Amino acid sequence: MVGITSYGSYVPLWRMGGKAIGMRGEKAVACFDEDSITMAAAAGINCLRDSDRALIDKVFFASTTFPYKEKQSASVVAAACDLPYGVGTADFANSLKGGTSALLSAVDAVTAKSARRVMVTSADMRMGAPMEQHERIFGDGAAAFVVGDTDVAVGIEASYSVTDEILDIWRTQHDTFVRSWEARFAGTEGYQRMGAEAIGGLLKKSNLKPSDFSKLVFYTPDPKGSAALAKRMGFDPKTQLQDPLLNVLGNTGTSFPLILLAAALDEAKPGDNILLLGYGDGADALLLRVTEQIEDIRNRNGVKEYLDSKKMIPNYQTYLMWRGLLNPEHEKVYYSGYQENTAVPALYRERNRIFRLYASKCKACGTVHFPPQRICTKCHSQDKFDEVRLSDKKGEVFTFSMDYMGMVDSPAVIPVIDFDGGGRGEFYLTDRDINEIKIGMSVNMTFRKIFFDEGIYHYYWKAMPDRF
Amino acid sequence: MEGIKDRVAIVGMGCTKFGELWDKSPDDLVIESCLEAFEDAGIDPKDIKAAWLGTESSGNSGTPLARPLKLDYIPITRVENVCCTGSEAIRNAAYAVAAGVYDIVLACGMEKLKDHNGGFSWARMPQDYSRVDVRSAPANFFAKLATRYFHHYGMSIEEGRKLLAQISVKNHKNGVLSPKAHLQREISVETVLKSPMITYPLSLFDACGISDGGAAAILTTPEIAESLKTDYILIKGLGLISGSEQPYLTGDFDFLHMEENVRASQAAYREAGIKDPRKEIDMAEVHDCFTIHELVIYEDLGFSQPGKAREDVEAGSFSLEGDLPVNTDGGLKCFGHPLGASGIRMVYEVYNQLLERAGKRQVQNARIGLTHNLGGVPGANCMVNIFGSVN
Repeated sequence: MVGITSYGSYVPLWRMGGKAIGMRGEKAVACFDEDSITMAAAAGINCLRDSDRALIDKVFFASTTFPYKEKQSASVVAAACDLPYGVGTADFANSLKGGTSALLSAVDAVTAKSARRVMVTSADMRMGAPMEQHERIFGDGAAAFVVGDTDVAVGIEASYSVTDEILDIWRTQHDTFVRSWEARFAGTEGYQRMGAEAIGGLLKKSNLKPSDFSKLVFYTPDPKGSAALAKRMGFDPKTQLQDPLLNVLGNTGTSFPLILLAAALDEAKPGDNILLLGYGDGADALLLRVTEQIEDIRNRNGVKEYLDSKKMIPNYQTYLMWRGLLNPEHEKVYYSGYQENTAVPALYRERNRIFRLYASKCKACGTVHFPPQRICTKCHSQDKFDEVRLSDKKGEVFTFSMDYMGMVDSPAVIPVIDFDGGGRGEFYLTDRDINEIKIGMSVNMTFRKIFFDEGIYHYYWKAMPDRF
Repeated sequence: MEGIKDRVAIVGMGCTKFGELWDKSPDDLVIESCLEAFEDAGIDPKDIKAAWLGTESSGNSGTPLARPLKLDYIPITRVENVCCTGSEAIRNAAYAVAAGVYDIVLACGMEKLKDHNGGFSWARMPQDYSRVDVRSAPANFFAKLATRYFHHYGMSIEEGRKLLAQISVKNHKNGVLSPKAHLQREISVETVLKSPMITYPLSLFDACGISDGGAAAILTTPEIAESLKTDYILIKGLGLISGSEQPYLTGDFDFLHMEENVRASQAAYREAGIKDPRKEIDMAEVHDCFTIHELVIYEDLGFSQPGKAREDVEAGSFSLEGDLPVNTDGGLKCFGHPLGASGIRMVYEVYNQLLERAGKRQVQNARIGLTHNLGGVPGANCMVNIFGSVN
């Protein structure tokens, strides 16, 4: 059996909503230093918890908001997750159904024995025009799944896909904000028609009837769409449909059906049949069956924990500043001009420190050095060290400063972190409340954008206060 | 090996007014400081056999010194050692004289910070690594020192800030008596506490200014000095230490002291034969880039016992009337810190104190003076130089 062996979700800490933007509930908003890559990495790391990273043969990443038009994003996610150099990577771009399509491609790869395990990540942070309807509906978030053929917790047993050409929702390379045609047309001829065809095809192919399913996990373009579709197909939305979380999360694009799937799996029982529907330029319907193994992978933070752990964005101006909509300069250097003019070859040489957060541990005396050193500070041994990963270590604040001369994230909180097991480093602290910071505070590491300069998005690790 | 003690004399010095010198070029700073030094020494520029220019980012090579002064076809070396750049120029010039290679040499330090937008020369910083890391202004390191120092010695942030404010108040008081200082204004503890926070827990008046300036010294042998004039001073010890960023690489640095300060002062004391610095040193010019650093320097240089600087500050030990006046001219706090010039500006104050030319800020019976620079954050470099009067 091929299916999901592990999964993880990620929802940013920040929320925006209410009267300020004319919405009833709230939506998840990525911090200024997050993007689809960093959120996919966070979901991936959550998904890989306690599992052997060396078993992953491929990484797929689905999004409509990749930071680069030319340069892969899956490769950055693979590095941040410290996956082996021998991993294969692919980006699934430009379609809202990219998440479910990537999942199906992973099933194909494992079924064909071209990979033992494939990690599928998906993340989006689409922007609606300020104060317009899309802005109220779109949220930011990510999900990740590992697909394999051993220790399967959720079998992916059948699927049915349709593709049709329709311009219901789109964005060209010149657009900052998502465009769409009127909701009546998009809903009727797009989502409802194609969704029905995909679900109908799957039911027929798998010889199942609506009452055979414990849970329906449907992408939906608006609060009522999925319930209407479920009802039309003979299901009972009240008892079977997964809450689309639009008033607490928002529509997270390609990752939307996958975060909803993660939320459903957080509560699923062995034997449950789940119908997953991805939509965009067509639709993917998948039949999933939960196994006994699901109980073995509950040791992670679920969607509910992420949704409950939140801070409200201080005001709408802050959101506009974070997205570079007040002043394009805000998207560039967040902290200081010291960061300009990176030498790309230097970045390349330091890639294991930057992307994998490796330190060097002296084989002779055990001293952990960060950044990695060739000659030990303590015993002066030469070139005798092991690389050790600090990104999944917890740490403690030894001392800190708060720099009020910063730009976007003022004051920039800069702690010195002592890692469990050795190693010390100076990092920016993100997702923080300056009133909570003190010596001895426990932190963990998170992969973030550190600055943007000369057309390069620079990623690095930051510390953040323990979220859970 | 024979040390440097009593082998090199400083016979002439010059120093520009420090400040936001919008109408002065680097050439002007060189000319004004060096012409004063030539006149003070009673020599002609043609007597200079070799020269060292200390500048961190206001010029490359010896040409920025040769061109304005028209020093024709003599060896000139530009030196750079971050905040120790000026002291480094003095050190190299002193060793050339002690080596017997040149008899009269010039050490000039000059920095034109205010031509850089905001005062720092980011674009010129070395391309030594990717910069994908925390890259923050120097205030951040010193703020971390303060946070940890307060925590370790059981002070609240408010108590700690009040203690540091007293150092700023003292230096401002001295600055008023110092005609060449950038900032000449008395302040109160309240002024410091109410000034805008720049890098918590340090506020604007915990920080030194950003200024332009130039300073110059003429160095020669004691024999030639004696033939030129009666008032000159002698180098007693030069202690330079380079760190290798140990504090950040491993987890055992305490953020309560600077190992470089300790090591450089020990080297200089050894060479100068100083056993009890608190008693034997009559005045000191130290690197008060931020108030917390001056506090830590008291302990690192052996002026105060570890953890006891607070008591000495509260007793007024380092004020002009105290038993060991520190930063008698107002320090970096009032002069600002044009990197190439600062080290030589400090020697200029020691020189004037030892020669009893310091006017209203004259320290009585000053015979031994000390200068101190720290370059960059821990693990960088530190230089402590000691000078003595002839009698």
